[in-house]
Amino acid sequence: MENKMVATENQYVLFKLDNEFYGIDILQVETIERVMDITRVPHALHYVQGVINLRGEVVPVVNLRKRFSLPEMPFDDESRIIIVSVEEIVVGIIVDSSSEVLQLNSDEIEDAANITNNTGNEFIKGIGKHEDRIIILLDLKKVLDIKDANDDVE
Amino acid sequence: MDMSQYLEIFIEESKEHLQNMNQSLLELENDNNELGLLNDIFRVAHTLKGMSGTMGYSRLASLTHEMENVLQSLRSNELKINGGIIDILFECLDTLEGYISEIEKTGDEGSNDSQGLIVKLNGIMASDVDLKDQVILSNEVLPSLHEEAINIEIEDFSKNAIEKASLEGHNCFKLKIVLSPNCMLKSARAFIIFNTLERDCEIIKSNPSVEDIEDENFDLSFDLILISKLSLEDIKKEIDSISEIDEVHIQPVTINGPAFRMESVQQEESTGNQEEQERPGDEKRSSKSKKPTVGKTVRVDIDRLDNLMNLVSELIIIKTRLEDIDDSGKKNNMNEAIEYLERITTSLHDAVMKVRMVPIERVFNRFPRMVRDLSKELGKDIELFMSGEETEVDRTVIDEIGDPLIHCIRNSIDHGIEDPETRRTLGKREFGTVKLVAYPDGNSVVIEVEDDGQGINIEKVKSKAVQNGLLKKEEAEILDDKEAVNLLFHPGFSTADKISDISGRGVGLDVVKTKIESLGGVVEVQTAKSKGSKFVIRLPLTLAIIQALLVNVGSEKYAIPLSSIKEIVTIKASTIRKVQNQEVVLYRNTTLPILRMNQILQVVDSNQGKEDLTVVVVRKGEKTAGFIVDNLIGQQEIVIKSLGKFLSGIKVIAGATILGNGQVALIVDTNSLL
Repeated sequence: MENKMVATENQYVLFKLDNEFYGIDILQVETIERVMDITRVPHALHYVQGVINLRGEVVPVVNLRKRFSLPEMPFDDESRIIIVSVEEIVVGIIVDSSSEVLQLNSDEIEDAANITNNTGNEFIKGIGKHEDRIIILLDLKKVLDIKDANDDVE
Repeated sequence: MDMSQYLEIFIEESKEHLQNMNQSLLELENDNNELGLLNDIFRVAHTLKGMSGTMGYSRLASLTHEMENVLQSLRSNELKINGGIIDILFECLDTLEGYISEIEKTGDEGSNDSQGLIVKLNGIMASDVDLKDQVILSNEVLPSLHEEAINIEIEDFSKNAIEKASLEGHNCFKLKIVLSPNCMLKSARAFIIFNTLERDCEIIKSNPSVEDIEDENFDLSFDLILISKLSLEDIKKEIDSISEIDEVHIQPVTINGPAFRMESVQQEESTGNQEEQERPGDEKRSSKSKKPTVGKTVRVDIDRLDNLMNLVSELIIIKTRLEDIDDSGKKNNMNEAIEYLERITTSLHDAVMKVRMVPIERVFNRFPRMVRDLSKELGKDIELFMSGEETEVDRTVIDEIGDPLIHCIRNSIDHGIEDPETRRTLGKREFGTVKLVAYPDGNSVVIEVEDDGQGINIEKVKSKAVQNGLLKKEEAEILDDKEAVNLLFHPGFSTADKISDISGRGVGLDVVKTKIESLGGVVEVQTAKSKGSKFVIRLPLTLAIIQALLVNVGSEKYAIPLSSIKEIVTIKASTIRKVQNQEVVLYRNTTLPILRMNQILQVVDSNQGKEDLTVVVVRKGEKTAGFIVDNLIGQQEIVIKSLGKFLSGIKVIAGATILGNGQVALIVDTNSLL
């Protein structure tokens, strides 16, 4: 899925986190929900906010601010939970706001290799430039620390 | 044509058929003359042959075909049933089961070879010869050919010739040629046939002999073995071109020796290949191991489905009724509707649960055979009594309960029941009995495995435990019987002096315990010296929906499975004592370890500093512990939801459930905390 970048254009769901724009491949996004009641899960990783009831399914939710070591902010009306599906694992990620879908041509995407920023670039798959905005494209598998499904087989 | 969509059905049905065959065989063993049973077995073999043929499983098909041959002769009284034949049929059954389970795992029947068995089956057919001295000749009959056996013996020298020929890439065939009845000059006709064949083939044997044929000393048919470069079809064509021949049967012949050899060579080659391309192979292997495409299926009585359908339609009715209640509607209507809805959901729940229920018979069925084999092997006479086979259990439980039960039964037979002489001297019946009983008990199912053997030698258990360093000598002395018996469930514990094939390695009972507990059940042992012992397994009816106690810890809600709760008590904070960093309280003259839920669950805003503490006493087997909670909410039926892979590995949480208000509450895994 991450190799989709070679295609001429790709759609990304944009979201905002601490004044920066991030993008996730739209194919990984299932739905976008308002923040709802989140049940804390003891002994989970520090960035796991808890679990939510998504229409009868229990879905874990990750607080992206905690994941990226950004200052924590209370959730507000703009806060959203983006439900993503990576390697068949469904996870919600809490972001400050999310409202648009953007098409990026491959020539608008730059390799992340030579860029460093405060999130630590191991999560970054590339940098998108659109008009005068800079969009950080995330590698969700790394963000959520999801291992390849094949790893579990052996 | 893609058969994969039928694979599930195939596996399910084959298993069912094999189960039937197993049962019929067992009955047949006791009652040799029951033709009906033979017919049953024959039908099963025949169906299996057809099914596996359609699915393209040739090994299965050829084995069942050979079984069919033997069964046919048994049916027509050409052969007499004896213990040997039944043993071989059982062996066939095992092999078939092996194939099916291989298919279930990989989608392929595997490379397990049944040649040996086919030879044995053929051996029965030529049963005047003793089984063991039977020539190791086998004929793989092509399904398209007649089943009529071609009776021709292959001696050693011709066997060598065949072996050599097949190594050189020649084919070997058995022919049966039947001349037409109005053939005038039989020997001349035969001569022509010989001549024709000898152009391209080498005839290595004929029956009757060539001399006899020349002297017209034969009936209408004769048998030949020949080696040729030609294929079966070509030979058939050759012969067909000769007139006055009524029938020709051709079968390819393989001699076991080289066939095996070639196979092993092939295997070596393939493993060699694997090693060569290990890197790319890695990926392949993992994709292969992912292959098990076969899902779990349940056969459901159509009545149950109808019932389900009815309930769903009622649900739709109540939905429209609720929609119709507008603001002007009286509250009464609403309440009525909700009551109705409640009733439907409860019945719906029951109905769905019933759909998942399978009679425990499916597990029990395999035990008569196992007991039979074990009693033969150990030289003990054992009768197995089963009852309550119709008790229904959740499908997931059925799949898991088999192994633990096998362990228990093996244990009873191997350790429990004495050999016949000992029994006689003890004044017991020579026949040992093992009772397998299942019955529903409230919200759980109880399965008992009882034997009338020697019982568990508690002194021996104790001394063994001391020997293994599980206990100190002083500890062992004060241990009561019940506690001592529980030592049996310790990993690696065994009282058997000798390790036998059946049990005694000490891996048995702890596996049983872990398995049962993972299913949310409990195991108990009751024993009486020289009278026998009894394993009592108690399992929840279903795994998906449980009764739970909801509690508050701080502002959070948690569910504790009711099945593990012993009682709820209030204690005074001042009575808690600390022993070696573990809080305990003296309760009913025993020390009860106290665990604070707020610490375990990392809850911050809990006020467990108050004087009156609510303690939920939880048990796991013989162990108990008290959990301090903030508040009790009440008992509720909850649906267990998994937390999913992303949150796997959190020990204290067994899962989650969704409460009436849509909130998620976590289920505390008390078992892991004890």
